[in-house]
This record gives sequence, C-alpha cells and structure tokens, in this order.
Amino acid sequence: MTPARIALAAVLLTLPVWLADAYFLHVVIMAGIFGVLALSLNLLLGYTGQLSLGHAAFFGIGAYTSALLALRLEWSFWAALPCAAAAAGLAGWVIGRLALKLRGAYFVLVTISFAGVISLVSVNWMDLTNGPLGLPGVPAPALGPWSLRAKGAYYYLVLAAVALAYLVCRRLVRSRVGRALLALRENEALAESVGVDVTHYLVVAAVVSAALAGMAGSLYAHYTRFVSPEVFLFTYTVTMVIMVVAGGKGTLAGPLVGAVIFTVLPEALRAATSWQWQMLAYGVLLVLLVFFLPRGVVPALAALRPRP
Amino acid sequence: MLAVRDLAVRFGGVAALDGISFEVRPGTITSVIGPNGAGKTTAFNAITGYLLPARGEIAWEGTALTGLRPSAIAKRGIVRTFQRTSVFPALSVTDNVRIGLHLSGTAGVLEVLLGRRRLRGEEARLARRADELVELVGLGHRRREIASELPYGEQRLVELAVALAAGPRLLLLDEPGAGMTTPEKDVTSALIRKIRDRGTTVLLVEHDMRMVMGISDTVIVLNHGRVIAEGPPTAIQTHPEVIRAYLGSTGA
Repeated sequence: MTPARIALAAVLLTLPVWLADAYFLHVVIMAGIFGVLALSLNLLLGYTGQLSLGHAAFFGIGAYTSALLALRLEWSFWAALPCAAAAAGLAGWVIGRLALKLRGAYFVLVTISFAGVISLVSVNWMDLTNGPLGLPGVPAPALGPWSLRAKGAYYYLVLAAVALAYLVCRRLVRSRVGRALLALRENEALAESVGVDVTHYLVVAAVVSAALAGMAGSLYAHYTRFVSPEVFLFTYTVTMVIMVVAGGKGTLAGPLVGAVIFTVLPEALRAATSWQWQMLAYGVLLVLLVFFLPRGVVPALAALRPRP
Repeated sequence: MLAVRDLAVRFGGVAALDGISFEVRPGTITSVIGPNGAGKTTAFNAITGYLLPARGEIAWEGTALTGLRPSAIAKRGIVRTFQRTSVFPALSVTDNVRIGLHLSGTAGVLEVLLGRRRLRGEEARLARRADELVELVGLGHRRREIASELPYGEQRLVELAVALAAGPRLLLLDEPGAGMTTPEKDVTSALIRKIRDRGTTVLLVEHDMRMVMGISDTVIVLNHGRVIAEGPPTAIQTHPEVIRAYLGSTGA
C-alpha cells in the first residue's frame, strides 16, 4: 500500500472520532450510500456503456424490500439486507432480459419505463406499501445488544458497504468477466466474433449492478427509518449519473469521488449562499466541471501522474 | 471442412446472394474475389451468423451453423475479421488481445466475485499468451499503446491478433490488405501463410489481385451473387468469364 492509501484508510476509519458533529456525519453517510449507488451504476454505464436511467428503481426496490421485511415480518436488518439486494438483483435480471437486444436510446427507454411502473406500484398498492404515506418506523440495525442507531455507528456500517461494493466492482472489472463487459462497450460486433456472449454479460452486469443498488436502498431505509415512493424519484437517478460522469465513468475510484463531491457540494453551497443561488451555483459548477474535465475528475488526475 | 450449399441472402427484393455453393478444404487458403457488390462480405456475414440467410445450408465439420449466434459460431472455431477496421478502440493492444482470448479462459462470475486463487494462474497464463500473439503479429513494441491511436496498418494487425487469440480453426479475413501499403501487404501475406502452416484454414475476401494470386490455394469468383468460377489461381487468371466480369462486357 502506498502512503497515500494508508493515510486515506486512517482518515476513513477514524472519521467519527474527529468529526463528531451529527450534521457532518449525516452528509458523509449519505455520500457513502450514494457512493454505493454510483459504483453500481458505473458497472453498467462505465463498463458496458449502457445507460440505465431507471436506477432509482433498484434503489427503491431494495429500500422497500428491506423495510417491509423488517416491519411486517420483523426480520433483522442483517437478514433483510441480502434479501433487498436479491430482490433488486432479480429486477435487474428482468431488465437485462428485456433489454437483451436493445442498446443505446432503447435501453434507456426500457429502464425509464421500468422505474415508472415500479414507482406507480409503490404509490397504488396501498395494502403492501401504504401508498404515498410511506412506511415509517423502519427499525435501526442492531449488532448484538448494541443499536447502530447513532450516526457514528451507522457510519461504519456504510463504510463497510462501500468497501464491499468497491471490492465487488474491482474483482469483476479486473477479470475475464470485466473484459467481456468492456468488449460490449467498445465494439459489440467484434466481441461476438471472438466468442463473447455479449447478452449474457449484459445480464450479469445488470444483476450485479441492481443488487448493489438494492443494498444501498436497504442501508438508506434503515438509516432514514422511513421509506416512501420518493425513493423512486428521477432526481436520484440523475444524481447518480452526474456522480459517475463527473467522477470518471469506467474507472473504479471515479464514482466514489463523484459521490463525495456531489453530496458535499450542495451542502457547502447551502452554507455559503441563499437558497435562490444554491441551485444556480450547483448548475454552473456542474457545467464547468463537464466542460473542463469531460472525462471526469479521476481520469484527469491520472493523466497528471507520470506513467512508469 | 466448411461446406456452403445453395446459400441465398436477400435485402428487400434484391438478391445479394443467389444460391452459392462452395467448399473450403482444411489446411488451405481460399480466396473469394469478385467486383464490388458481388456478395463477398454478405457471404462472410451469413457464414459467421451476422446475417440470417433466406435459403441454403452452411455446414461446418458436419453440423449446421445456420441460425446460430456469432458467439456460438466462434465457440465452434470459426472466427472472422471485418472489412472496416474493427478493434476495441479505447483499450491497449494487449487488452484487445486479452479480450480475444475470452474463450481460452474459464472464470465465471461467482468465481471472480469470490476471488478464487485458481484465477490468478489463469490470468497469468492468458497474459503470457496475449504477449505471444502480440509478438506474432509484430506489435511487441506497441503492446501498451491504445489501439485507436495506432496507424491504420497496425490496427489491422491488432485485429488479426484478436482473431487469432480466439483460437480459430477456420479464420475468415475480410479484406486484410485494405488500406495497407505494399510492404505492409507483403508482411500480412507472409503472416497469413504462417497462420495456415500452423494448421488454421483461411478463407479471405480481398481486392488486391497480387496478394490473392500470391497466397491462395483456391480462388472462388463471385459475380452478381453467383459463383462464376472456382479453381487454382493460375486457372482463374485465364478464365474467360472472370476476365469478362472484371473488365465488363459489351455483348452481355
């Protein structure tokens, strides 16, 4: 490990000690949850080149699955979390199968429609989801006798989830499977000609990506302890896309960097200006970022470093 | 052996291939030539699963290929290149070839996620094999460079290395010499011979007659979606119908 990485690990592991302020910890926790989401979206957008504009659906499915299992069946968080990931992964499989031959704009449309349908279900299936009123009182996770309700404790839970998501992405990307995903992004016809079953790998990417988003949904549900149809908001998807693109799509660290920037930035702007200027400044900064670093922050930084 | 029988492909009302039949003998270099629009690339696309023929049979080692996906056909040992340069543009030469080695690897999703130790050995083996192939096409000095940033002729060599990486027993080359300089074509010709000598059967489409006549064991001539001649290069060069097809005829 390089000194920089050791320093980063030390900072991350001790963060709640010197950043005890609940508000700051909240921002960091949300950055972590969005970090998992951005990592998951990046698998599809960055590596297979397919844009999912319905990614909030997987997030929402994870949040609802986890909340319902905890509230209705009184399952513990630790049992609900993998089920939430599995339910979202199943939805990802469905999308992958539906979009088997669809690419580009058509793939985007399928994902948008899917998210729209799921969102409608969450509003209208009153018996299950409690409709627009949502599901309050989702229990906080507990580890043995200790509740992880405190932000400092929840931070470590989210940190572990980010580490897991990162590891999953890293292993996939740096493998034969990852190369097949890249082949799909780079040149599908050529990939097929050397025996890469492109559609199989698109489904694989959709399942893993959706499962990770579902895990983020579960973490969100047990953190805010309230789930409503708002989890399906298009804004969430757009935020994820911005994080991936601005951070550097198709890189491992890019989505995490993007998630930190675009969780902290709105909060920083809120502190710095009045609300009228906040969104305007956000927009201007976003345009500038995309204009000057079109490939994202991480590739731009990597280009600065001399190659051996 | 590849056997094509009565193969027909239509685009709307136009017959791009109007029932062609030919065979490719194992261990040979067979060239398909013909004027533009004769149906050469269409035949390639049908054989490799990129197009569904309207009629006819394509048999490879006794089994039918018609209706299979391109990746399934590649698994049976038939690999092609494309007329227009086709690489994985944003990736390095080595990474291009490593994708080509997909079928030589076995790592599945679960194994990868669990980080099985066995995979390291496989990855190392594939990396070594990729290096060998990059050397074989003479791009050892370019291995770390991004494929799309190479000169055109070298991109075609990358393409060839990617195709070879898939371990073809039948290699279909769609205009391997297109856009190359004469010295580059000579290098490519020598490489194609070397590939044949290593036991891979080669079927190619090419416009450069010097190249075709220099390396082919058999030449098949297509015109207007039909086979008009077939034979060794010397016989083809003097075949009256071939000369007429190429020079155009006033009487017909």
